[in-house]
Amino acid sequence: MSAPVQTSQTGQTGQTVQAGRAGGPDPAPVRPFLEMKGISKRFPGVTALDNVDFRLVPGRVHALMGENGAGKSTLMRILAGLDCPDEGEIFLDGQKMQRLESPRQAIELGIAMIHQELNPVLEMTVAENLFLGREFVRRRLFVDSRAMRREAVKLLDDLGVNLDPDRRMAELTVGQMQMVEIAKAVSYRANIIIMDEPTSAVTSKEVDRLFEIVGRLKGEGKCVIYITHKMDEVFAISDEITVFRDGRYIGTYDTGSINEMELIRLMVARDLNEMFPEKTHQLGDVRLKVDRLTRRGAFADVSFEVRAGEILGLAGLVGAGRTEVVEAIFGVTPPDSGQVLVDGVKLPCRSPRSAIASRLGLVTEDRKLSGLVLTMDVHDNIALPSLPKLSTPLGLLKLKQAAKETARFIEALRIKTFSPKELVRNLSGGNQQKVILAKWLATKPSVMIFDEPTRGIDVGAKSEIYKLVVDMAAEGVAVVLISSEMKEILGMCDRIVVMRQGAGVAVVERGQASQELLLLHATGLGGREDGPPDGRQGEERHELRP
Amino acid sequence: MSSALSRSLEGESRPAFDWKQFLLKYNIVVVLLLICVALSVYTDRFLNQENIINITRQVSINGILAIGMTMVVLTAGIDLSVGSLVAFSGVVTAVLLRDHHWPILMVVPMSLAAGMLLGSVNGYFVAYWRAAPFVVTLAMMTAARGMTFVYSKGRPISPLPAEFLFLGKGSLGPVPIPVIIFLLTFLAGYVILRHFRIGRYIYAVGGNETAAVVSGINIKLVKVFVYSFSGLLCGLAAVILTARVSAGLPQAGQSYELDAIAATVIGGTSLSGGRGRLWGTLIGALLLGVVNNGLDLMEISSFYQQIVKGVIILGAVLIDSKRHGS
Repeated sequence: MSAPVQTSQTGQTGQTVQAGRAGGPDPAPVRPFLEMKGISKRFPGVTALDNVDFRLVPGRVHALMGENGAGKSTLMRILAGLDCPDEGEIFLDGQKMQRLESPRQAIELGIAMIHQELNPVLEMTVAENLFLGREFVRRRLFVDSRAMRREAVKLLDDLGVNLDPDRRMAELTVGQMQMVEIAKAVSYRANIIIMDEPTSAVTSKEVDRLFEIVGRLKGEGKCVIYITHKMDEVFAISDEITVFRDGRYIGTYDTGSINEMELIRLMVARDLNEMFPEKTHQLGDVRLKVDRLTRRGAFADVSFEVRAGEILGLAGLVGAGRTEVVEAIFGVTPPDSGQVLVDGVKLPCRSPRSAIASRLGLVTEDRKLSGLVLTMDVHDNIALPSLPKLSTPLGLLKLKQAAKETARFIEALRIKTFSPKELVRNLSGGNQQKVILAKWLATKPSVMIFDEPTRGIDVGAKSEIYKLVVDMAAEGVAVVLISSEMKEILGMCDRIVVMRQGAGVAVVERGQASQELLLLHATGLGGREDGPPDGRQGEERHELRP
Repeated sequence: MSSALSRSLEGESRPAFDWKQFLLKYNIVVVLLLICVALSVYTDRFLNQENIINITRQVSINGILAIGMTMVVLTAGIDLSVGSLVAFSGVVTAVLLRDHHWPILMVVPMSLAAGMLLGSVNGYFVAYWRAAPFVVTLAMMTAARGMTFVYSKGRPISPLPAEFLFLGKGSLGPVPIPVIIFLLTFLAGYVILRHFRIGRYIYAVGGNETAAVVSGINIKLVKVFVYSFSGLLCGLAAVILTARVSAGLPQAGQSYELDAIAATVIGGTSLSGGRGRLWGTLIGALLLGVVNNGLDLMEISSFYQQIVKGVIILGAVLIDSKRHGS
């Protein structure tokens, strides 16, 4: 067995890449704990999985990589009993399995999935959530809270998680909720634990805790499947990587035998040197001026300027207050003091309505929560903030003009939809994000704010979004870009403001910026050491809002 | 659609005619037609001009109320005060006519204004106090009923002038006046939802309130609008009802809100907001009317009619949840 663990079927893809350059000794010659062979799954109109293979070895962390729509989620849904495959066989511990009929059956077989969006019962305690649906009972009737509590403490201790089992779930951060989910999986004696984008909404400290726990699970001989879009995490935590593309199995590689560029190439089958578009345009006058903006408990004295055509990055750790600052500028949660000027005119910062009237636009970080109306179609979503312009003073809509406008944007942004009347919920993540971009482009903004514009979308759609953002800047729009991906910040921005614990701590010019420098500022280990504004724990907050 | 891209996409993807989809989409229309066919076969008293006109006349009050209800429900709200507002506006109408001898042309706007006023109070608390619509309108339902009894001293208010009664009992050619008012109201509601900005805002607020705020929509105004509009239609329904029964009755309109909600839900509007069509509500109201009429013709007691109504409502919701999946 050599490093790329390939099975007979892969030949048909013609994409098998020899990644075994490392040439070292064979990887663990352990019998696979789980084998999935020749799995196919078709949905109306799409083949989600085409004759795919997958196998897991005990005590190894297995990263599953691929663009959105590559088939990762479908395969995991099959494994977790949420979908039935059309073809293929699954062997668990050497035994051929009947079809998994339900999530419950999967759990009984020791397969637990920790979903990207956790759904705990927020009003219940940690212990109650851990034993939801299998409460301890005394005398066949009464819930034995004490025994449950005791067991919960033991479970959490074993994982090295320090959490009071009596706390309400609602008081926990997303990271802590994940710990509870993992403890739950362990309590089911799960041998296979699937983690779907576990770090998409947690702080860096919590990521460290998560990695510790994953290490612990690995030490106990469990199989961990780790799905993420974040390259650095893949290389930090995984032992082996399986790559999917367009519903096909591309290969399985030892993490040490492959580098980031190679991995990206396997995922997208195209070179990404032009990931970030070239910027050639000149910068104009100052369009957005933020002056000593403060909101108590969130951020203090934040000031910066953005010129026409400029892309200003807001870097920092999750919880540094970046989202809060742009929401204050946009009037979602008004600031306590300070002011914002757009083209020299003071912005009231009272409501998004007044911000839009001053030609601001905001692409929020969570497209389903605050970006799109999923029950409406593509056309209505794009037109929504422009309706005042697309109707008479009495409010009568100019339907033809609106249809023309939106059709223009659907074409210009190459939004893949059958018709403008298609519900946005049926679009892929990348296309949904383009709909949000289109909706703000249609308002002809002079300042655009992007909060994590490429979160959770695949690499191909990402580069298209980057191009759109740069095109916008080239037409004289002042752009503010928030991103947790250092590469995105470095590749896109002319200037970068680093925030830490609610304050802007450094401004870095494009030429001097490096990943290390930004991280030093963001974590407070380098640069100016002015302490954080009083009494706040910026890093402890998480960014899930009700 | 002008774009060549979208045209070609549409052309490629349009599948062969899908009966299942068609039936799911237009299920209530199909059900309504089936019931009509069954009734015409079963009894010769169903399919004749007089009976059909009778049905539409009976449907018109609930139909008018259901139009306002649909807009409220589209914003993920509910209006339980509808029946009480009808009684309140009706008594106001009757008192103005009988005791103050106001001309009809002024009484009708006053009835609408009375309903709209109380409706806007609902809207105010829902929008500005972020109170639960169920609770706010439940309180209004009780309070408005009480005010109606206080104002009328609990007695029916009659007699009313004959010209006024025409609004409830009269006809224009073969078409009863209430039906004409209903159809005009439906048209107005349709135009508001499809052709006015506020219509899109109603759908947006119900579909995703946060996204609506970020898109610059004044969601408070939208909510005040739908509850006020619902109240206004209560005032309109009150005029028809008062004229039809020739009196302002303080106990009128009991459980009208439930019939309006039933028509809305049968018509496919989702109680969680953001999804629904006004024509569905129209069919829903007709369906309820036809079933009632059919059971009457079959001389089935009104007790059974209620059971049938319950089954229809449940069936409509089940079909709807099937259609929209889990």
